[in-house]
Amino acid sequence: MNESAKKASEIRRETLLENLNKRFTGDGFASSLRLGELTLVVPRERIVEVAGELRDNEAFQFEQLIDICGVDYSQYGRSEWTTDTASFTGFGRGVGAMQGSSAEMQRFAVVYHLLSVSLNQRLRVRVFVDDQHPMVDSVSGIWNSAGWYEREAFDLFGILFAGHQDLRRILTDYGFIGHPFRKEFPLHGQVEMRYDMDRQRVVYEPVTIELRTLVPKVIREDNRYAEGSNKPQDPADA
Amino acid sequence: MPEIRNYTLNFGPQHPAAHGVLRLVLEMDGEVIERADPHIGLLHRATEKLAESKPYNHSIPYMDRLDYVSMMCNEHGYVMALERLLGVDVPERALYIRTMFDEITRILNHLMWIGTHALDVGAMTMFLYTFREREDLLDCYEAVSGARMHAAYYRVGGVYRDLPEVMPRYEKNQFRSDKEIDKKNEARQGTLLDFIEDFCRRFPGLVDEYETLLTDNRIWKQRTVGIGTVSPERAFQLGFSGPMLRGSGIAWDLRKKQPYAAYAQMDFDIPVGQNGDCYDRYLVRMEELRQSTRIVQQCVDWLRQNPGPVIVSDHKIAPPSRSEMKEGMEGLIHHFKLFTEGYCPPPGEAYAAVEAPKGEFGCYVISDGANKPYRLKIRAPGFAHLSAMDEMVKGHMLADVVAVIGTMDIVFGEIDR
Repeated sequence: MNESAKKASEIRRETLLENLNKRFTGDGFASSLRLGELTLVVPRERIVEVAGELRDNEAFQFEQLIDICGVDYSQYGRSEWTTDTASFTGFGRGVGAMQGSSAEMQRFAVVYHLLSVSLNQRLRVRVFVDDQHPMVDSVSGIWNSAGWYEREAFDLFGILFAGHQDLRRILTDYGFIGHPFRKEFPLHGQVEMRYDMDRQRVVYEPVTIELRTLVPKVIREDNRYAEGSNKPQDPADA
Repeated sequence: MPEIRNYTLNFGPQHPAAHGVLRLVLEMDGEVIERADPHIGLLHRATEKLAESKPYNHSIPYMDRLDYVSMMCNEHGYVMALERLLGVDVPERALYIRTMFDEITRILNHLMWIGTHALDVGAMTMFLYTFREREDLLDCYEAVSGARMHAAYYRVGGVYRDLPEVMPRYEKNQFRSDKEIDKKNEARQGTLLDFIEDFCRRFPGLVDEYETLLTDNRIWKQRTVGIGTVSPERAFQLGFSGPMLRGSGIAWDLRKKQPYAAYAQMDFDIPVGQNGDCYDRYLVRMEELRQSTRIVQQCVDWLRQNPGPVIVSDHKIAPPSRSEMKEGMEGLIHHFKLFTEGYCPPPGEAYAAVEAPKGEFGCYVISDGANKPYRLKIRAPGFAHLSAMDEMVKGHMLADVVAVIGTMDIVFGEIDR
């Protein structure tokens, strides 16, 4: 029973991929099937039209929007550990940086996860957005649940959603400055707050905590045991 | 003529019925809600951002702290996404252990939910009853992982360790009589599985007990029937999942429709509501308690018969055993590499969803080949549910807001992340 169910879902995925390829052709569209998951890349201008089609077309019937996720691709393939010393002395991302530059890639992406309850299938839709005008049309008219998800993507990444009814910050503090999930935003933030007894109110100040390396230090070569070696000590060991 | 105008009421974030740190700005016409604007984010800890700066394994304990009343289900979503990225096949025994603990977690969550929901609506007793049973289940958590709540028991490739042979017992102490302690220890004489089986035997009777208190209770029905009604079409539009979707009459359950772990081998039913109001969702969840007990019982039977490994033997992903690490060079190196550098999934992305007690809990992981996630997105069911707050309470009275918050099963750990 398990095997046949697996096979059925595989067939469903392939049919869906075929239908997607048939329906969405042209510049900027791309579809792929990896790790058993379908992804459709949609050009930015056409997202609302495509979303409506995906919801209403008999072959797709994606009546539910599961999730919207903002992604900042600026460090993709090159992200290192944010530390001064640890990666220098041997701890790294585990693999080398990716070849080729990510310059031609647009910086942001909005990723929609769709679910079709009637056809029991899932689809991921990705829209790339550039750094200069991070703006994409809102799909909250197609799926109402998009409202809060788009607010979240706006809050965390600064991606704007044209046509959204109520694009306010959602997760960060009142009066927050910046978009914290962008890769250049430091993990410990910019400000900290405390209650000031003299002024009788909460005050915000620049952060005083420092970034700590949360990974153990790896020492690959121990100089003490190297034969006849007068190499200077590793700076991080001092 | 007195001047009548709407006024705004601030509900929470320190209100006991706000289930944590919900701040609701309610625009009211007399006692009727015109508009509800939930302000969230007071518990925002940037879990997703933190995960980007840690090796994959270090984020498993963060998952416990998302929805802190259904801990292991969150871990399940996260490790499933990683397993898909890495292409790992989990040993069968681990799948059954996961299934069993997912269902134990579901019972834990629903007990917490019915206790607090009933307390909010005015039935104090439920809370005392359900916390009695929760204690037993938290003991199961403690027996396998050492922690009562934040277990970090699921690991990539399986679970941390096999089920213990001995169930921990109460010790004699000066605060309780020996007789009382012996009685408490009665079910704890055997293994963990014996204890869970004993629980499964008595739990359906206890659910009956809860139902005698609520199901036909006049006050309970007056507070929940016809409150917060959601039609099936709206439930889709609003992104509902789990009991909220089933309460509106849609038979959708990931455990049945897209089975993961060992759910394909389990025999259980999906309860579905008819009217989509708070009372129907209550009935759905009560029935889920019974169905979960059935699943746990089936897992116990299987686990008794089938010993085996509970985590993959690939030491690039799972650590070697303690003795291997202490005695063998290779084990030592594997252990060292795994706990310093971790593992590197190939570049790609994966989304894995589990049927958490509150709905669909999903983890979307993007890997760029490094030993830490490039982006982790957590899809929390409560987030979508809470965004429907405005629509669900419009036109209801102020007291009904509390019933609607209760029926949504709001937990801020997962909504604010």
